[in-house]
Amino acid sequence: MIQIEYILIISAIMMFAGIYGFLTRRSTLAILLSIELMLNSADINFAVFNRMLFPTGSEGYVFALFTIAIAAAESAVAIAIMINLYRLYKKISVGELNKMKW
Amino acid sequence: MEYTLFILLLPFLSFLFLGICGKWLSHKVAGWVGTLSLGAVAVLSYITAFTYFTADRVDGVFPTITAFNTTWLPLGDLHFDMGILLDPISVMMLIVISTVSLMVHIYSFGYMHGERGFQRYYAFLSLFTMSMLGLVVATNIFQMYLFWELVGVSSYLLIGFYYTTPAAIAASKKAFIVTRFADMFFLIGILIYGYYCKSFGFEFNEAGFAEGAFMLPTALVLMFIGGAGKSAMFPLHIWLPDAMEGPTPVSALIHAATMVVAGVYQIARLFPLWIQYAPDSLSIVVWVGAFTAFYAAAVACAQSDIKRVLAFSTISQIAFMMVALGVCLPGHESVIDAHGSLGYMASMFHLFTHAMFKACLFLGAGCIIHAVHSNEMSAMGGLRKYMPITHVTFLISCLAIAGIPFFSGFSSKDEIITACFEYSPVVGWWMTAVAAMTAFYMFRLYYGIFWGTENKELHAHHTPHEAPLSMTLPLIVLCIITVGVGIYTTLGGFLGWGGSFGSFVTANGEDYTIHFNTQIAITSTVIALISIALATYIYKGEKQPVADRLYNAFPRLHRWAYKRFYMDEVYQFITHRIIFAHISKPIAWFDRHVVDGFFDFLAWGTNALGFQIRGLQSGSVQRYAYVFFIGVLLLILTILIF
Repeated sequence: MIQIEYILIISAIMMFAGIYGFLTRRSTLAILLSIELMLNSADINFAVFNRMLFPTGSEGYVFALFTIAIAAAESAVAIAIMINLYRLYKKISVGELNKMKW
Repeated sequence: MEYTLFILLLPFLSFLFLGICGKWLSHKVAGWVGTLSLGAVAVLSYITAFTYFTADRVDGVFPTITAFNTTWLPLGDLHFDMGILLDPISVMMLIVISTVSLMVHIYSFGYMHGERGFQRYYAFLSLFTMSMLGLVVATNIFQMYLFWELVGVSSYLLIGFYYTTPAAIAASKKAFIVTRFADMFFLIGILIYGYYCKSFGFEFNEAGFAEGAFMLPTALVLMFIGGAGKSAMFPLHIWLPDAMEGPTPVSALIHAATMVVAGVYQIARLFPLWIQYAPDSLSIVVWVGAFTAFYAAAVACAQSDIKRVLAFSTISQIAFMMVALGVCLPGHESVIDAHGSLGYMASMFHLFTHAMFKACLFLGAGCIIHAVHSNEMSAMGGLRKYMPITHVTFLISCLAIAGIPFFSGFSSKDEIITACFEYSPVVGWWMTAVAAMTAFYMFRLYYGIFWGTENKELHAHHTPHEAPLSMTLPLIVLCIITVGVGIYTTLGGFLGWGGSFGSFVTANGEDYTIHFNTQIAITSTVIALISIALATYIYKGEKQPVADRLYNAFPRLHRWAYKRFYMDEVYQFITHRIIFAHISKPIAWFDRHVVDGFFDFLAWGTNALGFQIRGLQSGSVQRYAYVFFIGVLLLILTILIF
């Protein structure tokens, strides 16, 4: 049996990789991937805590499934936004999309 | 007598109607609306007067009736009321105001014919009449003050009626500022009175009155300053001659018959207070009045603008009324008795008669100006051939103001001079001299207009013509009043009839039979006749050698009098050189640099701070996320540590 710490380390690495990617990537597509990475690390945490702490229950798995569904919907919305951005500005790099200020 | 409320409401409604809907009305309709509402007011006033004076006396006096009263503004113990008070003087004033105002309304049909802003003119006339009526029927000093200010506003509006003429604008501002300045003292007086005597009413025997009585002389003198401003007493008279810039009927209404007597009326209204608590301060009224009477008469002798002569004669006559009020002697133990307060009756009587003949004079002057299109005497002369009706009515009014028996001015002026002689011979002779000057300058004016050197060149170019009926009718009506009252009171005064003016208005309300002092009556008549003869000798002829010689003998005196003894220049100096330069300018500097500077600094600081922090709103999503992430980390750290 794999120890819980190893799995949590993996998930933490995924989380911070996601945060790092979110903050540093220029392309909105890459940022979206980073968000997915963070969501998935949270899913892993749900699953592992369910298995280790409440072996008889299944709430954690259910939540993980919910999150996956929501992440799918969110990706669809995000990609729709990107397509619109591209149509308007002919670019999807966040550095150049700075209309959202004062 | 609740119907008296309509006396105030009708002109107010007509003001609102004409003011709001005026521009959609034709001149004729607007004029009729104003005149008919005023006619209704006049009828109501006559009914009121008839009912009031034919009702039975209570304890020998006409009762004071509060026809209507409502608390307008309660303030703890004090309260400001609005209402209608009927007593002999207010009822008498109702008649004077509504009669003169009605005559002016009718007259204006002709005078203002085709004038731009005709509807506005009638609206303002209604407003003015309403305020003046409200002033005289006030139940308390505060209501009086409110309407007093309304009178000031409407006079401002009417003087500045020709608002495209710079002179009219300047005159209206001058009138408003000078009277406002005086009204400030009136307000202070009212506040002192209200504070110490715990009342604004005219019932002078309330409890708590005795302890505040020591402040009453101060309060009354302050109120008198307000009255002096409105009644154009020296040195606050400077606004009145300039106010002649307004349309002539307005001068007749406001600056001869009604508004300028507000100050006299105010003293008459507070007369029981004066006589009981401040009899010594009354001498201020006497001296201010006596000096003003002389000063204005002296200036009137040298003016060439006919409206200015009339304006100064108004100042002089109002001063007569003031003096008459001042010379009242308290009877035993400060009780008012009808004889000692002869001056009170005489003052009110003169107010009544003066309103009629002075309105007639001003309206006549309006006809003349209408005919020759100039105010200057040089454009006139020999007008008697062209304007017979104006000529006769003007002559009758001149005889009345000069104090010739069987004309109304004689009876009232004679009573004033009698009262003055009872007070002190000095004042008596002084006022007799002023009366002689009055006769002189009025006949100088009369001969200058209707006889004298005719300006043939001008008249050939534009032949003067008699005014239309709408303008001559008021003259005739006012003349009939002057002559009728004159004959009745003169005969009554010599023969001792009752039922003359003294039966209606006296200081304590008791019936008083006017009986002339034959000696004084004859003296003043003879003096008036001599003055008229002198004026005839000097000014009647086609050539005026005596006048020219006099002018050459005393050029400086003439110049001083013509320039009104440089009073306007004195004011100019005081306001511009002293007040504006040394008080207003530093204050303006302080305001601009210190007060404004502080608020400018606040605005500038906020602006600068905003510029500093607006970098936070960079619009870059990743920067927001970064801040958010740092925030989350900090929160976690805080939770872990504590």
